[in-house]
Amino acid sequence: MSLTHQLAAPATQLAAEGATQHRPLIISLFAVFVVATLAITIWAGRRTKDATDYYAGGRSFTGFQNGLAISGDYMSAASFLGIAGAIALAGYDGFLYSIGFLVAWLVALLLVAEPLRNSGRYTMGDVLAYRMRQRPVRTAAGVSTIVVSIFYLLAQMVGAGALVALLLGITGEAGKNLIVVFVGIVMILYVTIGGMKGTTWVQMIKACLLIGGTLVITVLVFHKFNYNLSSLLGAAAENSGKGKSFLEPGLKYGVSTTSKIDFISLGIALVLGTAGLPHILIRFYTVPTAKAARKSVNWAIGIIGVFYLMTIALGFGAAALLSSKTITDSNAAGNTAAPLLAQAIGGGPDSAGGAFLLAMISAVAFATILAVVAGLTLAASSSFAHDLYANVIRRGKATEKEEVKAARVSAIIIGGVAIGLGIFAGKLNVAGLVALAFAVAASANLPTLLYSLFWKRFTTGGALWSIYGGLISSVLLVFFSPVVTGKETSMFPDVDFAWFPLENPGLISIPLGFLLGWIGSLVSKDEGAGGKKYAELEVRSMTGTGAH
Amino acid sequence: MDTAPEHASSGPPGPRDYTDVQQSAEFGELRRSYRSFVFPLTVAFIVWYLLYVLLSNYAGGFMEMQVVGHINVALVFGLAQFLSTFLIAWWYSRFAALKLDPKAEALKTRLEGENSRRQGTDSTGSEERDA
Repeated sequence: MSLTHQLAAPATQLAAEGATQHRPLIISLFAVFVVATLAITIWAGRRTKDATDYYAGGRSFTGFQNGLAISGDYMSAASFLGIAGAIALAGYDGFLYSIGFLVAWLVALLLVAEPLRNSGRYTMGDVLAYRMRQRPVRTAAGVSTIVVSIFYLLAQMVGAGALVALLLGITGEAGKNLIVVFVGIVMILYVTIGGMKGTTWVQMIKACLLIGGTLVITVLVFHKFNYNLSSLLGAAAENSGKGKSFLEPGLKYGVSTTSKIDFISLGIALVLGTAGLPHILIRFYTVPTAKAARKSVNWAIGIIGVFYLMTIALGFGAAALLSSKTITDSNAAGNTAAPLLAQAIGGGPDSAGGAFLLAMISAVAFATILAVVAGLTLAASSSFAHDLYANVIRRGKATEKEEVKAARVSAIIIGGVAIGLGIFAGKLNVAGLVALAFAVAASANLPTLLYSLFWKRFTTGGALWSIYGGLISSVLLVFFSPVVTGKETSMFPDVDFAWFPLENPGLISIPLGFLLGWIGSLVSKDEGAGGKKYAELEVRSMTGTGAH
Repeated sequence: MDTAPEHASSGPPGPRDYTDVQQSAEFGELRRSYRSFVFPLTVAFIVWYLLYVLLSNYAGGFMEMQVVGHINVALVFGLAQFLSTFLIAWWYSRFAALKLDPKAEALKTRLEGENSRRQGTDSTGSEERDA
């Protein structure tokens, strides 16, 4: 679970001293990216006229474009830098993340993407509210969307501060905070000006940069080992100092019974979380039809799959070419392994090639963080405006203009909250937050979504039990887990009220979310179960009749 | 060709009742082919994935067996998860295009034709009702 472990740990002297030296180059590449994407955002903003443009990019993207954008939304800094670092340090165990993150897409493809596209308009709440009592269910959907997004956002923001500071060789507190503020402001600009259109283009560009950058490093690594995977692995095992066990499962999670159970819990949360992540769900609305939604998930599976395959080369390449001390000196969790590898493979810290590749990968990492936080902010603010403001507070009487305005205002507020939390949490361990976001999404959102679409007897009561039950149980379990207190790596290492032994709550809270949805439906006696509304939802979700 | 029940002919167009469509043989066939494909397949890939997780945890001896050079069973098993994901995505998409899409589209065309006829009497062409 320590993908982003100690991302926020004080930057020890940067092993990549080249970073300071080549700072102008890195900053210029950052600047090019920011200026280019902002220009596109403004262009997209001019073409954003109504609510459908703002929330769903006018549903005008093709399956391929949206597939790229989904990949951009999904491949966060945690997967790019975190997995490469985890493999570089823990060997095979790091690779386990890639698999869970990828297999998860089958849940989205087979069960969620198409029916969601057919029956909803802008948010996850649309689908749930179809057959239930609108206000309580939309409130619940809005709350869980915002909670999941904020946890995810917080992790990315803290990561942004620490990581970019590290890559640029900035060590002061003030410098890091400045970067968090800067990231927050750019993200708010993307979302408020460009809406879904602008954000989608940013995701596409970022996905291309990330794939391109990773591909260059992968080819260079393989070239060094004569395109022989076995000799790459052999060199990694030898250089890691851990020998054969570096290539086998268990180095990190096989330590104790608890760590093994924790691994199962994490595995379940990863595979079931993706299809409940709000920023992923709203992407399915940006294409015109369910068929295009299917096509976009297929593209995403292809792109993300190839990307995760390349993380093997990145991670084992870093293990083979850098000493583990070099990696941990730079960042204890290995988050800078990929940039360090880029530098080494380009010819070392003093060479022009090394400097250029380091700058390139650093710029890609920065683009990655910016794009992901923008996607999350858009998801949270859309749900606030569409579910909570328009349908709960204004009871469906808000005009489209008012609704979009509320979305823009809430994007600014959520961005502000993220900046504040990012600064406050600068010293905290953010490891649990990404995993928590996945676990909460799998516990609170997925059961309700699946029951709504496929179970005739599901009721409003069941939906509320499931969303709130999944949400509260997962958050509480994390609160009383070693992620928050009791261990050296905890958020508050000096206190100890951790009675729940696992770092990931999924093993308990996901089945609980499903169970509560079922029990809640049995005890509550309201409409929503079966009847005309379910008939309409089912027919529309399967045929696309009357889809927006 | 089957004709749909004409509830709408007597009265102003309200929200359409889809119960008859839901109960129809055509729709039942679409739902059955969708569910009988994706539900077992979902169970299968989750079991296959969990098997991998559990073997990683509890079958160290098996996973560390050497296949060729430094490539062991664990790595091959991991790569097999990638391969199975790609194959399942491809298989489902082919199935959907061949077996589901034609049925879904036929139903959709029929329903939207009916809906616009229902509304055509007193409105001029707003085909869609808000959700």
